[in-house]
Amino acid sequence: MKSSVIIFPGSNCDRDMDVALKKFGFENQMVWHNDAKIPKSDLIVLPGGFSYGDYLRCGSIAGKSKIIKSVIDFANSGGLVLGICNGFQILTETGLLPGILQQNKYLNFICKNVFVKIKNKENKYFKKIKKEVLELHIAHNEGNYFCSNDELKSIEDNDQIAVTYCDHKGNDDEKNNPNGALKNIAGIFNKDKNILGMMPHPERMIDPFLSGEDGSLFFENLIESL
Amino acid sequence: MVKVNEKIAIEHGLKSDEYKKICNLLKRTPNITELGVFSAMWNEHCSYKSSRKHLKKLHTKGEQVIQGPGENAGVVDIEDDDAIVFKIESHNHPSFIEPYQGAATGVGGIMRDVFTMGARPIANLNSIHFGAPDHEKTRNLLRGVVKGIGGYGNCIGVPTIAGQTCFDESYNGNILVNAMTLGLVNKNKIFYSKAAGINKPVIYVGSKTGRDGIHGASMASAIFDDKIEEKKPTVQVGDPFTEKLLLEACLELMAGKSIISIQDMGAAGLTSSSIEMASKGDLGIKIDLTKVPCREENMTPYEIMLSESQERMLIVLEEGKENEAKKIFDKWNLDFAVIGKTTNSKNIELFFKNEKVAEIPVDFLAENAPIYDRKWIKAKLPKENNFAKDQFKSLKLSDCLKKILIDPNIADKEWIWDQYDHTVMGDTIQKPGGNAGVVRVHGTNKAVAASVDSSATYCHAHPLTGGKQVVCESWRNMISVGAKPIAITNCLNFGNPEKEKNMGEFVECVEGITEASKYLNYPVVSGNVSFYNETKDKGIKPTPSIGGIGLLSDYKKMMTMELKNEGNYLLVIGKTEGHLDQSVFARNILSELNGPPPEVNLFNEKQNGMCVLNLKNKKLIETCHDVSLGGILTAISKMAIKGDKGVKLFTLEGLVNKFEYFFGEDQGRYIIEVKPENLENVENMLKKDSIHFDKLGLVEGNQISLENDLKLSIDDIKEGYKNWLKEYMVN
Repeated sequence: MKSSVIIFPGSNCDRDMDVALKKFGFENQMVWHNDAKIPKSDLIVLPGGFSYGDYLRCGSIAGKSKIIKSVIDFANSGGLVLGICNGFQILTETGLLPGILQQNKYLNFICKNVFVKIKNKENKYFKKIKKEVLELHIAHNEGNYFCSNDELKSIEDNDQIAVTYCDHKGNDDEKNNPNGALKNIAGIFNKDKNILGMMPHPERMIDPFLSGEDGSLFFENLIESL
Repeated sequence: MVKVNEKIAIEHGLKSDEYKKICNLLKRTPNITELGVFSAMWNEHCSYKSSRKHLKKLHTKGEQVIQGPGENAGVVDIEDDDAIVFKIESHNHPSFIEPYQGAATGVGGIMRDVFTMGARPIANLNSIHFGAPDHEKTRNLLRGVVKGIGGYGNCIGVPTIAGQTCFDESYNGNILVNAMTLGLVNKNKIFYSKAAGINKPVIYVGSKTGRDGIHGASMASAIFDDKIEEKKPTVQVGDPFTEKLLLEACLELMAGKSIISIQDMGAAGLTSSSIEMASKGDLGIKIDLTKVPCREENMTPYEIMLSESQERMLIVLEEGKENEAKKIFDKWNLDFAVIGKTTNSKNIELFFKNEKVAEIPVDFLAENAPIYDRKWIKAKLPKENNFAKDQFKSLKLSDCLKKILIDPNIADKEWIWDQYDHTVMGDTIQKPGGNAGVVRVHGTNKAVAASVDSSATYCHAHPLTGGKQVVCESWRNMISVGAKPIAITNCLNFGNPEKEKNMGEFVECVEGITEASKYLNYPVVSGNVSFYNETKDKGIKPTPSIGGIGLLSDYKKMMTMELKNEGNYLLVIGKTEGHLDQSVFARNILSELNGPPPEVNLFNEKQNGMCVLNLKNKKLIETCHDVSLGGILTAISKMAIKGDKGVKLFTLEGLVNKFEYFFGEDQGRYIIEVKPENLENVENMLKKDSIHFDKLGLVEGNQISLENDLKLSIDDIKEGYKNWLKEYMVN
């Protein structure tokens, strides 16, 4: 399986993602943001970081960058596009995913382990994962998901919610919401479920010596489902 | 142009006789640009004029040392051609005036020092000191500093893996922000700041030069008064995104062979970077200031030379490599300008609009900078307190413990490190909140441990002992994660060196640091000095911060501090005499502020530490934590809270005062957790090496208990410990 990780000048999780993809069997290549074309891929990943500094809205300049047109074309033709953290922010800026990511409710950057509940397994990203709740890691300042009531209705009607913040038992209530995200949303799909944006970083949880190992389940499933 | 006279020189922070020395050296009156250059090079921050004499005594050698003090950062060998570049630096003065930008640019500056040498930063740490929690400024300063550190480090994508936060009223008017960075480099590909060769192009890269930070270094060499708000414009503004670009571009250029020397523009900007390169290479340098990329219009030569705009570098390239280098900086969208060349004149010559605007022999600025042998007084060892028995009569262990666990200097600092990205780069195997942070050396079995420590209370009580103690504490933190201690970097934060008492504190702390680091083979390879941490005559307590690093040759053998399994034994290694003077217990419970700090016995320190490493290598230790502030019971509580397991303490033997035993802050001690089947083996090994140890208790249940004296559930002690800072920050 071939994957491509897009590097924006301010990306800083590109190497971590490369390490994770290769560990689980992807043939990964790094693609520079100023390139116009993406090599043939089964999966495109927009990694975490600060794309172009994000002094404007997070991901807004990346959403208009040279490479992004190829990403949009790839996604519209049904290709798998995964955006983690800043990648999720970029996907909402391109319009490939609905809604926006606001500053965290308590206005602080948050770096810690969280639990997320898998809400939909009818897709390539979570299909074969046996667990219902995963322990992942978040590290962001703008992860507070928000969208209009109409958008939310459409998201719910189309089963587009991918993962929600919860406790270790899967209670995805207000008490277990680290950043104020609407409906505890930690990640969403597009209608066709080929695009996934999520704030948690599975690539930081692929080794028992790191924060945990549930990220491994995510990548194992991904390579198997493709 | 302004005509220079003594009054203007004094406004630049120079002393009257220093100005006279300048005129004598030049055999004329300097012009304003030249005066600016002198003032930037001769201030305390850049010239180390009060400290240099004493810093020479530091222990800086060892077979592990590749580069000691004097370069952008120190470098140590960690085997297999890998080396760690590391340094700690202060950004105290700017952080008090503008906490966010002050702290952010402190982080940016220290990272540049490290990647200037060709190393990719792999970990950040910090040591921050604030005034009393109830002081009106403390909360906002803390919030701003933490946001600034996070804002910069998180954006660059370097994990912040450990740190230290202290509160003490002596910092009410002068907070301390010390930032430390570790970078990884191939030991055969290290870059230095010494220029070599004549007619080599001098290149400016990075951000454009603006009017921010002019006289930053002079401001950091002065005491504060009522008008400090007016100094805001001297604080630099950070742009972490540009730093990230600069980092990547520099490392890309360094992969080739075109760089002769490279130096970041830190304190005193273009002035100090160009002069340092020329001085180390024994060369002259010619710069055309018209070619410097400027952000603002009509900047004068004076402003260009003194600006401390961030994210800039100066490079001396091999001739003919300009285009190759420019391509890389174009790719990363950074300014690139050939602004001058090296010469054999041994002068710095500055041109602006085809006119020579300054010419000064480099030696006058560097080697001929003033050096002072300041007067100092030796501190006396304070008299020990004789605590009367009835002082303890009304006390209960449980009340004391609960109170100590919410002492601002003991309570959990999660509120702070949750705001730092500590897991990016995917190699953080020990997060903040442990004995030390640990990151793997990417793609190998090795890992590097790092911590920052200070003990201002001890240093204040007796500087010589305090200086020794803080090195030992750093050493213990390395041992406690199972790392072999390698070397340290020191950030020496003191008051006004023109006062004999403050100067004495400095001299004796340095002496203590030297003695301990020599004995432990734990050399100082880099650092900086920050004097004049004083506001309206009130100085800070002497605060040397020691950043230590250690090596784990097999990261899978790393130790952590949380209790592991029920039924395991807990042992204290090292003798407990029950030293309460200067302890948290004495201050917080007995309200006693006087007395000597605990004695440091370097022989025991080394023996005990080596013994712990030995036990670890034989896989006989499950958990390890050093005993520091708050003594044994505080250490045990932290281990219990982290592991969510209780401890049943054994009855103390003999006539020991239980308060002294459990809260004394004697040095050189560790608590280890041992499996029952290994106990005999461990005891025999300890006896063989004549290491004192006590059997302390068993891991058991969910409370900390000692017969009828103590019964506290983990949840009970956890709440106060975990929540103190969070609650403080929302109030």
